[in-house]
Amino acid sequence: MTTDASDMVPALEVQGLIKRFGDLEAVAGLDLVVPQGRCQGLLGPNGAGKSTTINIIVGLLLADEGEVRVLGTDWRTDAQAIREQIGVQLQETQLFEKLTCFEALRLFRSFYRSGRDPDEILDVVGLTEKRDARYVTLSGGQKQRLSLGCSLVNDPKLLLLDEPTTGLDPQARRRVWEIVDDFKARGGTVLLTTHYMDEAEQLCDDIVIIDHGKSIAEGSPQQIIRSLGAESLIEFSIGSDTSLAQGELEQLAGVVRVHAQDEKVTLHVEATHEAVPALVGAIRDRGMSLVHLQTHRPTLEDVFVSLTGRHLRDG
Amino acid sequence: MARHQLFELTRMRVVTFLREPEAVFWVIVFPLLLAIILGWAFQDRGIASETVAVLVDEEGARPAVLELLEAEEHLQTEVIIDRDEAERRLAFGKIAILVIPGNPVTLQYDPQRPEADIAHLRVERALHIAPEERAAIKNVEVKETGSRYIDWLFPGLLGMNLMGTGIWGIGFAIAEIRQKKLLRRFLVTPMRKSSFMMAFILSRGVFLVGEVGVLVVFATLVLGVPLRGSLIGFSLLCVLGTITFAALGVLVASRARTIEGVSGVMNLVMMPMWLFSGVFFSYEKFPEAVHPFIQALPLTALNDALRLLMLEGTTIVDLLPHIGIQLAWTAVTFLIALKVFRWE
Repeated sequence: MTTDASDMVPALEVQGLIKRFGDLEAVAGLDLVVPQGRCQGLLGPNGAGKSTTINIIVGLLLADEGEVRVLGTDWRTDAQAIREQIGVQLQETQLFEKLTCFEALRLFRSFYRSGRDPDEILDVVGLTEKRDARYVTLSGGQKQRLSLGCSLVNDPKLLLLDEPTTGLDPQARRRVWEIVDDFKARGGTVLLTTHYMDEAEQLCDDIVIIDHGKSIAEGSPQQIIRSLGAESLIEFSIGSDTSLAQGELEQLAGVVRVHAQDEKVTLHVEATHEAVPALVGAIRDRGMSLVHLQTHRPTLEDVFVSLTGRHLRDG
Repeated sequence: MARHQLFELTRMRVVTFLREPEAVFWVIVFPLLLAIILGWAFQDRGIASETVAVLVDEEGARPAVLELLEAEEHLQTEVIIDRDEAERRLAFGKIAILVIPGNPVTLQYDPQRPEADIAHLRVERALHIAPEERAAIKNVEVKETGSRYIDWLFPGLLGMNLMGTGIWGIGFAIAEIRQKKLLRRFLVTPMRKSSFMMAFILSRGVFLVGEVGVLVVFATLVLGVPLRGSLIGFSLLCVLGTITFAALGVLVASRARTIEGVSGVMNLVMMPMWLFSGVFFSYEKFPEAVHPFIQALPLTALNDALRLLMLEGTTIVDLLPHIGIQLAWTAVTFLIALKVFRWE
């Protein structure tokens, strides 16, 4: 990647973005700035407005309100210039069944003024052996990598990925992550949407958690997790018809916050070594017994649950 | 009480069928439309359903044969002076039989043509009414190249083929690309929309060479169908026909989201032309009043032009009206397609 004045411009600036579909406000005032060379994640459940946001950024949808500048350029002033410099992977795209990997890449390469050699891209996405295999014969992971390859043929400055690993098995996901890491290592900027917290933690420098079209938390994965103010989380459940009052749990040593859902109670704790004995003691004092107890370090999923009361996968 | 499985299974079949509106159209409405239109073409209009022509020497001449034919209820007669013109009308299916007065009376017709046989029976019946004037009949079956039914049929089949492959080929391809969500994927690249559209028309051109080539070689070498006009003019007509139907194909697929959806629209667009544009039978069958509408259809223009060029050797210059109709269709359909095309 060359260094010039344009590197000072953020790769992506989104301001006050609003998109309505009838009565539904799919994106409800979103702000986003992605500096060049960073990997930004949009994390949220299905229907949070992630795909709508991506579709507006890549110029497929018009925003009702707000500004979008890609690499310093507005869609209204020079759409073609933006298209030349971005790589996009949309959800659910299928390529022509009877084209080979190489032919598909060559087709996409022909749309751009400059870019990389299709054979080089095959190497980048690990499909050199499948060069002459038809699309229809590829596995799900291979199809996804070819699709990623199609979004890399123009050597884009900004790569936009909409749920790049949804529906893939763990190994196939890791291979997609490697390709994205490789792109980042070349100095590229990435914006990706996902509802997998591990994917966001693995790939993203910065994250925006969105829900109902709005940002509910922002920062690096570590910052967001730290914002919970908990060193660890204790999940436990006791017999079905007995329960401890929330107020009592909050009084236990080291407990910051209590979150109860169905029979499962989650404690956000500052000091695990104090909280666990206190909890076990309290339960024993009341003559109840633990059915289940587990502690883990907080994740982005826990942040989402703590902010919304729902899980990311619930949609 | 649970209902019998046979009842539920039958009910399931009926309900799923009825919930497929296109299927209902093709199974119920389409055959009905077909029956209505064919019925219209072949209905007995009371006076005469077959037209025969009598060749006369001069204006106003009324040979005895003419009187006899006019008396026959189911024959419509016309009088022609020019023999070449008469044979041309016979070749183009505008008349079923050419009657040449004399002794014997000559009946010239192509027995391969479905309507000629019926007309022949009626002519014979008419001429046999008065036994004392019983006229001897000599039958001349048209066998010469360029005047047979197959010679008339082939240009129409070629036109129909150009229409079918153009509309099916392009309609399906576009619907497939849209269904795969590839169209949106293309849209986020700098690909030019005009290139995308033009590629469909150009690729049709590639297939055209094989498609028409095979048909024409077979027809001329094996069937002996004549190609009397210039080969360049013929190629030009084929290319123009391809472009016209390619544009129509793009328009047909411009809104459809699925392959099922586009199939229905394609058939709806093509059906009137299969029936009206003189593929298998001359559109003279339909009332005179609707001829201008039939002639304005792109397939009619193409079929008529192909027939004139192949059978009569008509030059491209004389076919300009037909070419004009096709160009007008191309321009209008392509512009509408560009305007209404669903890119997203």
